[in-house]
Parts: sequence; structure tokens; C-alpha cells
Amino acid sequence: MSHVERIIPDRLQSPFQKRIKSWESLLLAVAIGIFIANSFASPYFLNAWNLSDATFNFTEKAMIAFAMALLIVAGEIDLSVASIIALSSTAMGAVAQFDVSTLTIVLTGLSVGVICGAFNAILVTVMGLPSIVVTIGTMSLFRGISYIVLGDQAFRGYPRDFAFFGQGYVFWVISFEFVLFVVLAVIYGVLLHKTNFGRAVYAIGNNATGALFSGIRVNRVKFILFVLTGLMSGVAAVCLTSRLGSTRPSIGLGMELEVVTMVVLGGVNILGGSGSIPGVVIAAFVMGMVTFGLGLLNVPGIVMSIFIGALLIGVIALPRLWAMWRK
Amino acid sequence: MNILKSREMILTAAIVVLLGLVATRFPAFIAPSNLVAVFNDTSPLILLAIGQMIVILTKCIDLSVAANLALTGMVCAMINVAAPGVPVVVIIAVAIGLGAVLGAFNGVLVWKLDIPPIVVTLGTMTIYRGIIFLISDGKWVNSHEMSPAFKAFPRAEFLGLPMLSWIAILMTVIFFTIITRTTLGRSFYAVGGNPHAAVYTGINVGKSQFWAFTFSGALAGLVGYLWVSRYAVAYVDIALGFELDVVAACVIGGIAISGGIGSIGGAVLGALFLGVIKNALPVVNISPFWQMAISGSAIIIAIAVNTRAGRTKGRIILKKAEATQ
Repeated sequence: MSHVERIIPDRLQSPFQKRIKSWESLLLAVAIGIFIANSFASPYFLNAWNLSDATFNFTEKAMIAFAMALLIVAGEIDLSVASIIALSSTAMGAVAQFDVSTLTIVLTGLSVGVICGAFNAILVTVMGLPSIVVTIGTMSLFRGISYIVLGDQAFRGYPRDFAFFGQGYVFWVISFEFVLFVVLAVIYGVLLHKTNFGRAVYAIGNNATGALFSGIRVNRVKFILFVLTGLMSGVAAVCLTSRLGSTRPSIGLGMELEVVTMVVLGGVNILGGSGSIPGVVIAAFVMGMVTFGLGLLNVPGIVMSIFIGALLIGVIALPRLWAMWRK
Repeated sequence: MNILKSREMILTAAIVVLLGLVATRFPAFIAPSNLVAVFNDTSPLILLAIGQMIVILTKCIDLSVAANLALTGMVCAMINVAAPGVPVVVIIAVAIGLGAVLGAFNGVLVWKLDIPPIVVTLGTMTIYRGIIFLISDGKWVNSHEMSPAFKAFPRAEFLGLPMLSWIAILMTVIFFTIITRTTLGRSFYAVGGNPHAAVYTGINVGKSQFWAFTFSGALAGLVGYLWVSRYAVAYVDIALGFELDVVAACVIGGIAISGGIGSIGGAVLGALFLGVIKNALPVVNISPFWQMAISGSAIIIAIAVNTRAGRTKGRIILKKAEATQ
């Protein structure tokens, strides 16, 4: 039974105190701690190229996590993102077989993402179905279509310049993906924290009925959020496909878990209503560095997933355990 | 109750129509021996759907069932390899016990720490899979390493049905009794139907959810042994993604994801519906690669139909307000 205790403090915290005690600064401290631990654990960690490689661990997931953060703040969720990547990548692979330009391939990938997002959006907003079941269904459906198209085959033969999106560098060790990550972080940060649209997202997450009666077009906002999440999955599909150079139906399998973990780790309330983009950005770095650091220590991927799972439960459990202990 | 009854009737009719359609082209599909085989093949899904249904009744969801199944299965297989003399009964007890513990772990996190169930089970799903890798070192346990008794149990026939099917029938009866004839069973409905009202009637909401997760875990553990011994192989990725089929079976069976509505019969029929489709696909010459998309579409259609049917009149005012936007 969720029983929220609201304590009204007799003295407001100073802005400085508030900032120090915030989730984001706690997370930042963790990130710095992991960074230092990594540099002691492996002599190969503090190398510009290695660090640049490490960013690929999280950039694609983080792009989706930004849109997912808005969606979760608004009280919805999209578990189909990894399957949208698979379908979008399959569409790009299919188009690439006809010797089309790189631009056409990218546009195909992005539009499939938008269409999938809109499909989720229609089911949730127009038909009024719960998003968690809808997206569990579309998770099977979208990847299922990829399996129908590809079976046990794979698409290869992407044009040479298509590789830029996942493998290209803009300047020295700064990869295209990292630049895109930073740009998207700024765009989503501004969208959530500085616009009316962002305020509406928070309002819906806290009380959808109240938001509706205060004149917010709840369904339209949710529709846009699902389409944005689809679009970001399309963007991630372009980057991932370009980086791997081939498409299999199992591409990005299980990525939705890591995206949701990243969002929750970033301090977004899974029940909606609160959270911030800077938190998600720091969470992306934390997860990227944990997996990269463990990789340098030769820890296999599946064991890393134990850390990710424990991290997901731990970050939510610890503050609650702390509160229980103080009582 | 009338609506529920009719929903189960609709589903039964759908399964019969489906069988009929396949039978028009391949009459052998509805031969009793083949129907027994289809039921047997669907038994693991039925068992898991019963557990999942109880969890969904209490407004929760358990995405860790497939990982729980795989972990328990691996432990059973490793016990069998290490000590081939251990009787099957003991192994089944270990499977149910370990599964229940893994489920109870989810339950404690939901009950005592009030963490949303989807977060808990997404987390434990990866943790349990990871643990399989740790204990098995990524190696497979193959058929020739298992003792004959270990592999024979689910196939052993009794009155023409394999043990696997009998266990599914037995558990259906047991859980039907628990759900409809015990206080705990009724509390699952109360908790999911209206948690606030449940508190005022003296029901411990968190504790009921804890028991739901424990039941789901125990069934997953039981299936873990049955799965590994039936397919005679255990490795890290067995039943990968199977939790989605289980949720699909429940949704198709008319169990409301918002909690409080559903029946054991619905869960069993939902599982059978998916089982018939899965077994019919190769017969009507459709590539098995279609199955994933078909399950997905089935979930979406089922949830759309359920939500339409369950919409109360009170919502209509709000719908109008939304429509005028």
C-alpha cells in the first residue's frame, strides 16, 4: 500500500543545502567515485581513446532515455523501444538493398520509429488502453515483424558513408554519437524544464485528471511523448545499425531494461510526476562507466547485467531503507 | 460473474473455432492423441499463467518468472549431475522451494520497501539470469549428464496423460480452490479491486501481494524442473522472453492488468489459446518466425476487447470532455 507521508518543514532549506542534498549531486558523487575507482582498477582506463570508446556504451541508450524520462514523468511507459530499434533497423536494411542514398536510409529509419511511436500513442491515448500492456504487446509485434522479414538471415551492405553515424568522429576523440547525445540532452533538458510543454508533462504525471480540468490537452501531450520516444528509438536505431554494420532481428534485445534503469537511476519517479534530465545524463555516465570499467576487468556481459539489475533495485531501495532505519 | 462466464465461453468458442479451421485442412490435428500433445506442450505456460494471474490480480506484475524458471531449472540439473541418486521427489521439492524463495524476494521488496513491482521484477529478471551464468560458468548441462529418472518423470504416462499434463491439471484444481475457497484467495481480489477499501476491511495489502509473488515463484520453480527435464538441457538462456507469453496468456484470458478481475479458468484458456496457435503454425505451414508477431497482436487485440468490455458508465463523462479538445 503506497502511503506517502508529507512533512512540512518549519524552515525552508537554503538553495545551497537543497542542491547538496539533491539526488543529482548524490549521483554525481557516485559517478566521480566510480571514475576514480576505475582509474585505479585498470591502467588502461585513463586513456582518451578508451574513454571515448566507453561513451558508446551509453550514448544510444541515453538518447532513448531522454524521451523515456518525459514519458515516465507523465505517468506512462514504453517497453517497446528495443523492438522499435529492431523494426527500424530492419526497414533500413531492406531499403539499403536497393542502392539508395544514405539520407533515404536514415529517413526510413526515423520514419519507422515515428510510425511505431504513433501506433503506441493511438492505442494508449485514442483507445485508452494501459501503456504497460500495450507496449508489452507491441514489443512482441514490432520485433516479431523483424523476425518475419529476416528469419535467421541478416541485412548487410550498407553504403560506406552510412558508417559515419555510429563510427565517425567529429573532432579528435569526440564521436558523432557523443555530440548527438550532448545536443539531445540540451534539447530535452530545455523541453522538460523550460517550456510550457514540460510543465504540462509534470502536471499530467502528478494528476492527469487535475491537469485535464486545468486546460492541459492530456491526450495530445501523451501522444507527442510516445511519438518522441519512437523517434528517439529510430535515432538510436540509425546509430546502432551504423555502428554494427548489419541488422539481425535480435538487435538491441533487452535494451528497454537498460533504458528504464537509466531513467530510474537518474531520479525519475517510476510512478510519474518528478525527475530531471540532468539526473538522467549523470545516470547515463554512471551506467556507461560501470559497464566499461567491469569490461576492462574482464567481467562478462551477463554478470554486468547483475550489477545493472542490482543498481536498479538498489537505488530505489536504499533511500527507503534509510528512511525506515531513521524511524 | 455473468460477464466473466461469458468471456470464458467466448474464449472457449475461439479455441474451438481455431481447432475447427485447422482441422478443415488437417483433420489429424484434432485427433485425441494430438490434442493431448498440444495440451502437454502448453502445460508449462498454463502453470506459469496461473501464478502470473494471481500476481496481476493484486495490481502487480511479475516479469521475473522466466528467469526464475531458468535459474531453478539449472540448480535442479546441477544437483542431478552432482548427486544422480537424489530422488525426483526431493528435486521437485527443491524446485518449488527455491522458486518460492526467489518469488518471495520480489514480494518482500514490493511489500516492505514499497518498490513498484515492474521495477523490482525487471531488476530481479536480470539478476536471476546473471546468477545462472555465475553458478554454471556459462556451461550447458546436457542430456547425457542427467540421470534417466530425472528425465523420465515429466514423460511418465498415467491414464494416457503425461505427468507434465497431470501436474498442470492438479495445480489448476489446487489454485482454483485457493482462489475461490480461502480468505487469502478472496483477499487477492479485494487488494486488486480497491486497495484502500481492502485496508479498511483489515486486509494487509502488501502481505497479500507478497503471497501472490511467492505463489508465482513457486510455480515458476516447479516449471523450472519440468522444463529442464522435458527438454533434457539446461543453459543460461532457456525460456528467454517467455514472461511475455505468460503475460499474453493472462491478458487474453481476460485478467485485467489494473487488478481485481480475472479467473483461473481465464488464465488456463488464455494459455491454451496461445498453445493451439503455436502448435498449429507449423501444421498449416507458416514459419515459426511468425509466432512472436502473432502473440504480440493477440495481446493488443485482447487488451483492446477487455478494456472496451470493462469500461464503466462513469468514465463516459470524462471521455466526452477529452473528445471536445
